Amino acid sequence: MTPIKALILGAATLSIAACTNPNRFDNEVDLSATRAAPAVDPASLGPAPNTPEYFQQTVGDRVLFEVDQSTLTAQGRAILDAQAAWLTTNSDYVAIIEGHADEQGTREYNLALGARRSNAVKEYLVSKGISDSRLRVVSYGKERPIEICSEEACYAKNRRAVTIISGGLTS
Amino acid sequence: MMTRVLAAMMALMLSVSAGLAQNGPLRIEITEGVIEPVPFAAPAFVAETAGAGEWGQRIAQVVADDLVGTGLFRQIGQQAFISQVTSFQSPVAYADWKAINAQALITGAVQTDGAGNLVVKFRVYDVFAGGELGAGLQFAGTTEGWRRMAHKVADAVYSRITGEGGYFDSRVVFVSEAGPKDDRRKRLGIMDYDGANVQYLTDSRALVLAPRFSPTGDRVLYTSYESGFPRIKVLDIGSVQSRTLEQGDATMSFAPRFAPDGRSVVYSLTTGGNTDLYKLDLGSGATTRLTSAPGIETAPSYAPDGSRIVFESDRSGTQQLYIMPAGGGEAQRISFGDGRYGTPVWSPRGDLIAFTKQSKGRFHIGVMRVDGSEERLLTASFLDEGPTWAPNGRVIMFARETQGAQGTSSLYSVDVSGRNLKRVRTPDGASDPSWSPLQ
Repeated sequence: MTPIKALILGAATLSIAACTNPNRFDNEVDLSATRAAPAVDPASLGPAPNTPEYFQQTVGDRVLFEVDQSTLTAQGRAILDAQAAWLTTNSDYVAIIEGHADEQGTREYNLALGARRSNAVKEYLVSKGISDSRLRVVSYGKERPIEICSEEACYAKNRRAVTIISGGLTS
Repeated sequence: MMTRVLAAMMALMLSVSAGLAQNGPLRIEITEGVIEPVPFAAPAFVAETAGAGEWGQRIAQVVADDLVGTGLFRQIGQQAFISQVTSFQSPVAYADWKAINAQALITGAVQTDGAGNLVVKFRVYDVFAGGELGAGLQFAGTTEGWRRMAHKVADAVYSRITGEGGYFDSRVVFVSEAGPKDDRRKRLGIMDYDGANVQYLTDSRALVLAPRFSPTGDRVLYTSYESGFPRIKVLDIGSVQSRTLEQGDATMSFAPRFAPDGRSVVYSLTTGGNTDLYKLDLGSGATTRLTSAPGIETAPSYAPDGSRIVFESDRSGTQQLYIMPAGGGEAQRISFGDGRYGTPVWSPRGDLIAFTKQSKGRFHIGVMRVDGSEERLLTASFLDEGPTWAPNGRVIMFARETQGAQGTSSLYSVDVSGRNLKRVRTPDGASDPSWSPLQ
């Protein structure tokens, strides 16, 4: 999991650098507003909408799949609609889509299944107008579970495709 | 290290025993169902030079462990012996060995010199027939390679009594696993077939999966995430140097296996969401596409004669086994039972396909004939997967993962008859075993 954390951190640094230039005026307004209302704790405001943290926490970075399936569910498509909207607005960012499987399957088949899932997400985002060149896919098969119990409650969360926002196109 | 030992090792005939090699009544037919293990005695090999005694003890013990480990033999402890073997040349006191019901007697002698050279010789006796089983043999090597020499002795004994090829002088490459399920670190390990002499071929920085030995045991194919994306690599065991075989625009390449001639590799390549089989010529770098169905085609395995490839595909809707000509072309489905079938591996004897089967929430290792008939399941557990054949096609090793948050993976072996299921010791968790040819 370390490489993913490193990517997110890197992206956060880039996005801060990116906002200070074109949005300098907005930033100043925000700062003065904060000073004028000291009762509001800045930490409680959450990540700014143009950050990868916001994408991850508020837009929703993952969609889940049924057993041995790579078909997007209605709920999955709704999340991907929001992802596509965010990516359209924040056009400096690229993304890696990770496909995963639960442990109920052989290793190499699950690698291919994870690739199908990440590709289903990519194709959906492309159909919503996101450029193919901004999206890469990778599969981890059953190698990177986030939940470790051997029950459907955990398996359901592991059968996922996660959109990881990373550095801007110009970086 | 091992290649040096191999180069130094040679076998020569000691003598042809009186009455020639005989196949007396001492014979195990290992295709039979339930077998009563054959009792044998293996006294410490006689030291013929000063300082060789320690090697004599250790070598006799490894020989005995190899034989007992097959489930076909039972060792008679030294405390039961009536006779002691103090000279390799002296006549055998058959009556004393008969009295303790030792059906086979293995005697040996060792010589060492100050330069680390080791000579091992042995004889096998069919006690009840009152004669030698085959001729005496001698191996010369170094003390560093003492275990290999012991395995060679055990292979010869096994072969003479069963009529089958041996498998003890072989190695296994595998994935060594450490850490919990959600932070598992994997690296390639290599060890003797019995878990001794573990060495590591990669570190844990990049995820590695599913290594496979070359037909000569000198190289290993595997899948690595070194670039951040799965790519197939080949590693030279002697130099521990590796190179990436494929780094095109595709999503990933994985599941590489050598052709029997070692000159080409069949593997899976994923483009978009579609996974197909390709062949890569190692000399020219040229690739040939072998399948073009829209499904997942992976886990290929060549027939020992190189003419056909068995693989898994979900083109029918679920994972099933198919066989096609090695150059691609029409594939015949061979698995038709309930459940899903994956990871087919062709037996080195050519007669059987080993596979992983998922059915009703359980995993099995099984075998079937090449035409799909006579399916037999050898194991059952929460998660068994990834069979690999011993060089003689009589034993299968695989990985078993235990259930739940604390689940870990270990290697197990089982006879092709389904008997003698046992764990193979490894220092940490282990998965994805691949058995080498006989060295």
